[in-house]
Amino acid sequence: MKNKKLMGNLITYGLVIVAYAIVAYLLHAGRLTSLVKGLLVPICVYVILAVSLNLVVGISGELSLGHAGFMCVGAFSGAFFSKCLQDTLSFAPLRLALAIAVGAVVAAVFGLLIGIPVLRLKGDYLAIVTLAFGEIIKNVMNIFYIGLDSNGFHFSVKDQFSMGMEPGGEILVSGPMGITGTPKDASFLAGIILILITLFVVLHLIDSRDGRAIMAIRDNRIAADSIGLNITHYKLMAFTVSAALTGAAGSLYAHNLATLQAKKFDYNFSILALVFVVLGGIGNIRGSVIAAVVLTVLPELLRGMANYRMLIYSIILILMMLFNWAPRFLEWRERHLGRLFRKNRKEE
Amino acid sequence: MAAILEVNHLSIAFGGLHAVDEFSIAIEKGELYGLIGPNGAGKTTVFNLLTGVYKPNEGIIRLDGKDITGRKTRDINKEGIARTFQNIRLFHQLSVLDNVKVGLHNHYSYLTLEGILHLGRYRRTEKRMDDEAMDLLRVFDLDQEALVTAANLPYGKQRKLEIARALATRPKLLLLDEPAAGMNPNETAELMDTIRFVRNKFDITILLIEHDMKLVSGICERLTVLNFGRILAQGETSQVLHDPEVIKAYLGE
Repeated sequence: MKNKKLMGNLITYGLVIVAYAIVAYLLHAGRLTSLVKGLLVPICVYVILAVSLNLVVGISGELSLGHAGFMCVGAFSGAFFSKCLQDTLSFAPLRLALAIAVGAVVAAVFGLLIGIPVLRLKGDYLAIVTLAFGEIIKNVMNIFYIGLDSNGFHFSVKDQFSMGMEPGGEILVSGPMGITGTPKDASFLAGIILILITLFVVLHLIDSRDGRAIMAIRDNRIAADSIGLNITHYKLMAFTVSAALTGAAGSLYAHNLATLQAKKFDYNFSILALVFVVLGGIGNIRGSVIAAVVLTVLPELLRGMANYRMLIYSIILILMMLFNWAPRFLEWRERHLGRLFRKNRKEE
Repeated sequence: MAAILEVNHLSIAFGGLHAVDEFSIAIEKGELYGLIGPNGAGKTTVFNLLTGVYKPNEGIIRLDGKDITGRKTRDINKEGIARTFQNIRLFHQLSVLDNVKVGLHNHYSYLTLEGILHLGRYRRTEKRMDDEAMDLLRVFDLDQEALVTAANLPYGKQRKLEIARALATRPKLLLLDEPAAGMNPNETAELMDTIRFVRNKFDITILLIEHDMKLVSGICERLTVLNFGRILAQGETSQVLHDPEVIKAYLGE
């Protein structure tokens, strides 16, 4: 099974790399419409979001509806960082890498601070509180004004005039208008690399001493306690790592937008991420990747059908849910696709 | 001989119900001790008190001379008490091997970063954990099923896996809550051999709750009988089982 697990991981990485190769080829050949080109980075962002949320929902077994909040802080801190260093650091890839690291670290700090009180709750209660924290983060970000002039930084939570800036100073963060003019450093390649890093972190974490503890606590909290596991520690670890990865995705997202506004990261965003995780299969990392891609591309492809778009989209959601969760379908999969697995096992 | 577990006047009440009242016991090192009594007598509550799931209202628990009363469950495990549960509590989505490796968790370590990068001490430590876990599984004849998901094991083997997982934490005292529940006579006989073997091989003390009198009289050296939260009888197994009070409690008048 050790080999099978490794095989599974390699297939997941391979899938991402093959997808990259195909898209890169199509890009090179000029076969992609501008609509699809515009979707490439967001797809990467959603994939990372889905995988990192699956770490909390599937691996740690806790329902979080606040991931939009972590994405929001990641996006704002990353974009803020890049805007400040725009002139001093002109090498875009390095600037992006640093901005992503900043987004991840800031989101991790938020994850830790929120996780400490919140992870005492379980199930629905935890979901409600994380949802609330996500909204709080969004609303706080929505009123922040930060400006820079020769005297240094100015802050306000009221409006841009109350910062008392000199004329000619630059407004970096402008409340509900957010951050404009972040350097557009994000690229499809950067997205793919970040996906691979995310997969590496999550898949390896699962396959380590800490990951085993996290899953053991998910499976049976009382038994985990009785064999001496520190439950809070491992719940927090999963939550913080997940928040960090989500923050990294947020930072990448910010570097693909002309204007970054906090209102984008509302609870619908968190629900969307949860839809990816549930329909891809809870605890199934590869499933999250596929679901995020399919469910991001699909609504765009259906754009031509105008009125029927959302109808078809929802039917596909239902079909995916049946395919992954209905006992009959699972049986069918076992019977027809199981044969393939059995063959694989013999070859090992 | 030194007592490994010494409990004095342990009491807990839930509301007005005295679930366990004035419970005292002294178990010697290496002993195989039985805790019996009718349903609802408070046996599992005693286990929950010993492992810190409940905090006693009164009384003292000493393990190997050290006061562990009121400590957290996980700290008590680190001090050396491990247990199994009446209703099996496995990590059902993990493999049999991983269930035992989680039990070994606190005896091996590497940094989280080493775990994520699969570098440094990771490989060496995981290998050593695999080896120790496989040795344990072999004791319980589970090594063939090491890679099976725990939920897919047959019932009897799930019970054994729970004991293996508890032993992986390297306890001084092992608490078994109805290890033979739901087993057929053959499985029970086999389990009795295993329990004896475990006690000798790992040099530990075992306290078990059991309803199967064949198992109790077969392997327990001493017994405590609980009834309505109070101690009804205590002493050598054969003596206790012939005590008219005990017979009355079990069979009625």
